[in-house]
Amino acid sequence: MRYEYYSNVALVSSVVVYALAMFAHAAEWAAARRVSVAGETEPELVDVAAEDRHAKPSTMRPEPVEGRQQADPGTSPASSARVEQFGRMGVALTIIGFLLSVAGVLLRALAAHRAPWGNMFEFTITAMVLIVGVYLILLWRTGMRWLGLPVTLLAAVGNGLAVTVFYVAVAPLVPALHSVWFLIHIVAAAISGAAFNVGGVMSILYLIKKRAEDRGDVRGYLERLPSSRKIDLIAYRFLAFAFPLWTFTVAAGAIWAEYAWGRYWGWDPKETWALVTWVIYAGYLHARSTAGWRGTRAAVIAIIGLTSFWFNFVGINLLVSGLHSYAGI
Amino acid sequence: MTAIKTREPAAESSGPAARAELPRLGWRGGLRYLWTQLTSMRTALILLFALALAAIPGSLVPQRRISPVRVSDFINERPTLGPIYDKIGLFNVYSSPWFAAIYLLLFVSLIGCIVPRVAVYAKALRARPPKTPRNLVRLPAYARADISSGNHDVLERAADSLRRRHYRVDTHTDSVAAERGYLREAGNLVFHISLVFVLIGVAIGVLFGFRGTSVVIVGQGFSNNLTQYDDFSAGARFKETDLAPFSVTVKDFEVRFETGPVQRGAARLFRANVEVTDRPGAAPRQEVLEVNKPLHIAGTTVHLIGHGYAPKVTVKDAQGNVAFSGPVVMLPQDGNFTSLGAVKAPDARPERLAFEALFLPTAVLNDQGPQSIFPDALNPALFANVWYGPPKVETGKPENVYSLDTAGLSQLKQSDGQPVRIALKVGDGVNLPDGKGSIQLDGWVRWVKLQIGDTPGVPISLVALAFAVAGLCLSLFVRPRRVWIRVRDGEADHKVLEVGALDRADARAGLTDDVAELAAELSHTPEDVSAT
Repeated sequence: MRYEYYSNVALVSSVVVYALAMFAHAAEWAAARRVSVAGETEPELVDVAAEDRHAKPSTMRPEPVEGRQQADPGTSPASSARVEQFGRMGVALTIIGFLLSVAGVLLRALAAHRAPWGNMFEFTITAMVLIVGVYLILLWRTGMRWLGLPVTLLAAVGNGLAVTVFYVAVAPLVPALHSVWFLIHIVAAAISGAAFNVGGVMSILYLIKKRAEDRGDVRGYLERLPSSRKIDLIAYRFLAFAFPLWTFTVAAGAIWAEYAWGRYWGWDPKETWALVTWVIYAGYLHARSTAGWRGTRAAVIAIIGLTSFWFNFVGINLLVSGLHSYAGI
Repeated sequence: MTAIKTREPAAESSGPAARAELPRLGWRGGLRYLWTQLTSMRTALILLFALALAAIPGSLVPQRRISPVRVSDFINERPTLGPIYDKIGLFNVYSSPWFAAIYLLLFVSLIGCIVPRVAVYAKALRARPPKTPRNLVRLPAYARADISSGNHDVLERAADSLRRRHYRVDTHTDSVAAERGYLREAGNLVFHISLVFVLIGVAIGVLFGFRGTSVVIVGQGFSNNLTQYDDFSAGARFKETDLAPFSVTVKDFEVRFETGPVQRGAARLFRANVEVTDRPGAAPRQEVLEVNKPLHIAGTTVHLIGHGYAPKVTVKDAQGNVAFSGPVVMLPQDGNFTSLGAVKAPDARPERLAFEALFLPTAVLNDQGPQSIFPDALNPALFANVWYGPPKVETGKPENVYSLDTAGLSQLKQSDGQPVRIALKVGDGVNLPDGKGSIQLDGWVRWVKLQIGDTPGVPISLVALAFAVAGLCLSLFVRPRRVWIRVRDGEADHKVLEVGALDRADARAGLTDDVAELAAELSHTPEDVSAT
C-alpha cells in the first residue's frame, strides 16, 4: 500500500514538474521571438535526402537557415542569454519530471507485484516514460531542444490524464491477461505508440515550419527548428521505426487473442482501430513515395494516424464496450 | 513503401494521353487503361484510406456477429434508422459486399503492382553496378584525396574494402563501381507478397474451418458431434465428418473472484479440470483447461470462454410425482452473475408447470428487488414466477431452453390477484398454492462454456505475418547506396583519388561522413574532404 502511495505522489509531482518545464520552454519560445539565431550553428541531424540532391545539384550545399540573413543587428546578448536560460531550465525540469515518472512506474510495479501494464493508467505512464526518454536521448545525442515544448506538453497532458481520468488502484490481473503475450503485446504497443507520438509531434512541427517557409516568414522560435525537409525526415524515421513494430503489435495481439478468446481476429473495436491505424500509417509510407503526396499531405496523414491511435487508446476504452475493456476503465 | 522504384505515376503521366487515344485503343486499350489506373500508387492510396474509413462504422455500430442482442436493441430503439442501417449492411460491416469490394480491389491492385516488380527485381538481382559517372563531384557526397604515385593497388584495396562492406563491386580500368542494398526491394516485395498469403490463410480458415460453443454443466461431458453444440458455424467447404470424435468431461471448475476493496468481484482465476478421451475407446487423460491455455485435441482447439450457474431444482406435480429434477442452466446477465432462466416441467400432471426464474449467487433484497452483489455463490437464492397450463402436445419443435414461451400458460396468482413469487434458499422448498405442486432448490452447480473450433489457415497466416514483418524491416531499414571510386592523374607525379556516392532511399544519415572516411582510409592522407 505504501509503494502505491509513493508511486502516486511521484506521478502527480511529475505532472507538475512537466507543466513547469513546459512553461519554461514556452518562455524560451517567447523570448526567442526577439532573438535571431545568427551565428549559431545548427547541429547536423540528418542528410538531406539523396535523391533530392541528386535531382537538384544546386541544393547540395548545406541549406542556409532561413532568416539568418535578416539577423537583427540590434539583438542584445542579454535576451539571447535569457533564451538559453529558459531552455536549460526547461531541460532540467524535464529531467526531474522524467525521474519522477520513472520512479512512479517502478513503484507501481512493486506495489502490484507484476509488470505495470495492466490497464490504461499503467500503460499511459509507461508510454510517457518512453516518450520523454526518447526525447532526452535525442536531446543528448543531437541537441533537439526544439522538441522540448511539444514533448513536455504531451507528457504533462498524458500523465495528467493518467492520474486523474484513467487512475485505478493497484489490483491483480484478470485471468485473460495471464499470458506471456501480455508482456510482448503491450511492450510493443507502448514502444510503437511512443514512436508514433514523437513522429506525430514532428509532423505537426513540420507543417508549422513548412507554412512559415512557404510564406518566407520564418521568425522567432521557428528559426531554431531545422528546415522543414529535415523535420520531415526525422518524423519519417520515427514512423518507419514504429510501423513494423506496430505490425508486430497487432500480430502479437492476434496470436494472444487466439489463445485467450479462441479467435485471432474478431473485429473487436480495439482490433478494428488498431487495423485502421495500421492502414493509415501504411498510407503514410506509400504517400511518401508517391509524387504529389510527399511533404504536407504525408504529414497530414501521419497526424491523422496519430489521432486514430489516440482514439483507439482513449475513445475506444472509454466510449465503446469491447473485449479490451477489462480493468475497470 | 519507400522503394527504390516507386510505382509508375500512371495517373499523372499516361492518364491524359490514354484518355485522348481511347477511341482508337478500343476495349483492349480501355481495359489496359483501367488496369494501369487500378495498379497505380494513387489508387492504392485511395483504397487504403477507403479501407480504413470502411472499417470504422463496424466499431461504433453494434455488429450482429459479435452481439446480436445489441443489434436488435439498436433497431428497436431507432425504428427509422435501424432498418436503413440493416439494409446497407452496417450491422455486418465486415462481411458486407462493399467492405469485401474494397479489400479485394486493394489486393488486386497490390498483386498487379507486385508481379511486374518481381520481374524487374529478378533482373536487378543479376545487374551490375552502373558505370562510373564522368563527374563524381556532382554526386550528393564527394571526397577527394591525393595519393602518392607508389600507391598502385588503391583500386584493388577499394574494391576489397567495399566488398567487405557487402557491396556488389565492378572494377574498371581507372575506377571502381559499387552498389549495395538490393535487399530493400526484396523486403518490400516479400512484405507485399506475405500480405497476400495472410489473406489466403484467412480465406482457408473461413472456408474449411468451424467454430461452435457448448455449455457443459460441471460433472457432465461434451462429445464432439453436431447435436451437442449450442451454436455452430462452419465454412462452405466444411464437412460434418471433419469433426474429430473426441469427448471432454468437465470434472470440476475452480473460480476465484477479487474480494479486496479494489476491483471487487473481478475475476481472478478460472480453471477447469477435464478428462479428455481422444476417440471412442481411447484411454482418458486428465487435462487442465484455463483461459489462455486452450486444449488441442486431434486438430481441434477447445477454449474455455465462459461460465455461469445452474441451480439444481426438483419440481413435483399436483399428484406428488417428480416432474423435473436436475440442474437448469441459467444465463448470466451482469458482472455479478444475476442469472436468468426457465425451469420447465412439461410432464407435470394434470397441468404442466413452468417457472421464470432468477438465480442470484449472492442475493440481497433492496428497493429494486432481489439483486446479486457479488459473482461468487456466497448467498445463493432462486426467485421465480409460476406458470401452469394444460399439457402440450409433443411437436418435437426445438424451443429456447433459457426463456419461457408463455403461450398456452397462465400465471399462478394469489387469492388477492397478485402473482405468486417464490424465493428459495438452498435446501428450501415450497408448496404452490391451490395444490398445484411444489418446487425445491436442492443446490447449484456451475457450468462452463466451451468453444470448440478449428481454423486451418492459421499457420499459413502466421508464417506469412512473420515474413511480412521481416520484409517490412528490410524494406524500411536497408539503405541502398552506390559508391564510385576513381583514380586520375593529378599535379606532377601525384594521383588523385575521388570518391562519390549517392543514397537511393530517404532517411539515411552519414553519407558524407562515410565517403570522407572511405577516402581517408584508402589514401591514408586525407586532404580535402568536402561535403559539396
